[in-house]
Amino acid sequence: MQTVKMVVTGPFNAGKTEFIRSVSEIEVVSTERKISSEAERVKDQTTVAMDFGRISIDENLVLYLFGTPGQRRFDFMWEILSEGMLGFIVMVDSARPETFREARNILETFRAYAPTPYVVAANKQDEQDAWEINDMRIALRLSPQVKLLPCVAKDKEAVKKVLLELLYSILEEMDTGEVSAPK
Amino acid sequence: MALKGNLRDFSITQLLNLVNVARKTGTLVVERSQEQVYVSFREGKLSYAHDGTDAASLTMVLYHAKKLNAAQVRIINERSRGMSDKELGLLLINSNYLSQQEILTSLQTYYLSTVNRLFTWGEGLFHFDNDLLPPKDKITVRISLENLIIEGSRKMREWEQLQGEIPSLEMALKFSQRPGVNLRNLNLNADEWKVISFINPKNTIHQIAKATNKNDIEIRRIVYSFIQAGLVDMVRPEGVPVQQPVQPIQFVPPVQPRISLPQGSKTEFKSLINRIITRIRSI
Repeated sequence: MQTVKMVVTGPFNAGKTEFIRSVSEIEVVSTERKISSEAERVKDQTTVAMDFGRISIDENLVLYLFGTPGQRRFDFMWEILSEGMLGFIVMVDSARPETFREARNILETFRAYAPTPYVVAANKQDEQDAWEINDMRIALRLSPQVKLLPCVAKDKEAVKKVLLELLYSILEEMDTGEVSAPK
Repeated sequence: MALKGNLRDFSITQLLNLVNVARKTGTLVVERSQEQVYVSFREGKLSYAHDGTDAASLTMVLYHAKKLNAAQVRIINERSRGMSDKELGLLLINSNYLSQQEILTSLQTYYLSTVNRLFTWGEGLFHFDNDLLPPKDKITVRISLENLIIEGSRKMREWEQLQGEIPSLEMALKFSQRPGVNLRNLNLNADEWKVISFINPKNTIHQIAKATNKNDIEIRRIVYSFIQAGLVDMVRPEGVPVQQPVQPIQFVPPVQPRISLPQGSKTEFKSLINRIITRIRSI
């Protein structure tokens, strides 16, 4: 049985766990803990080590989806989780501009771990306070080449589209020679 | 869709850059306690700005720019009752009071000074309204944002540096023990003297700022200059208990499943990706 993985990263409360939950065929293995900090109490629980979802591709291949903890104090997990990934998805909460800088920093950190293809998912696009995609691109300082995709993590179709776009990016980068098959 | 947030998280420099790059048209409204600032843009250029709910009249702008004196303002206001700023501007030009250039330069200076105030705001709620345009009777200009952004970035850098030097306004100040410093021989301006008069280990910098009506950047700038000159030292305010550092909770990361990277040729790798694509499409 061959296994491959993708990583879903992003700031605290960006929607990473929800994203994985939408497509995983197993109940997401989550390491959530109650939030202790008052400042971060925008939700009850947060991921402290990783989330873990699975999609069986066929009888010989399994895709694992790993969600990273969003809080900086658990960033020791990031490098461990990024090892051997096919690519990664940076989730950004479109309605919380205060997290854009953190999202940008996380993106750069993951690029430094592994120069694999990635896409950015502008989550919570269904919320009234969500920023427009074009404004987010400028705010996140993403070049036009980087895929910034509107997303609603609880919507399976939107999540599928993000995953597919990442896979297309992997193929495109293989064709342009920027990514080679791991030896 | 919204373009809203807080300057604490998304600075005015970043906002102006966004407006400039996206060539936006509309009005940025920034609010902080009782203050409100409106900055209008047309295709990414600054066109109009005012603070408060009432826009300053043209005569007041020209008075502040020292283009009109108080007596002239009074006479013009009496004669131009009911006139719009545009009509008044034409009247002033036609009656050779002022040139068109003088009026435009005065307005530009006023609009820029309004925007410049925002660079000193550490926080404030903002939203960008695409449908809110300057009132039709007001004179608009076209000012490129690049210089404003560069100048703003410089101010923000200064702000960051000051925040680095004085990370918390909850600290207090005390006069340094350095012998030979005679305050009477110091060359301080009125604002600095005001701050000096409040220096006491019982007063936090925040309290001094409030008492002297200074914003965060102004008080930091003054305190930093005092520290640099060796006049004062930062101390913990008297009566405030020392906080014990919190021990971080140690989490043992769970063992992650063994992942094997796809081995073999580029063709095999492509085939693997295509299999995943097919599967995900079918979920």
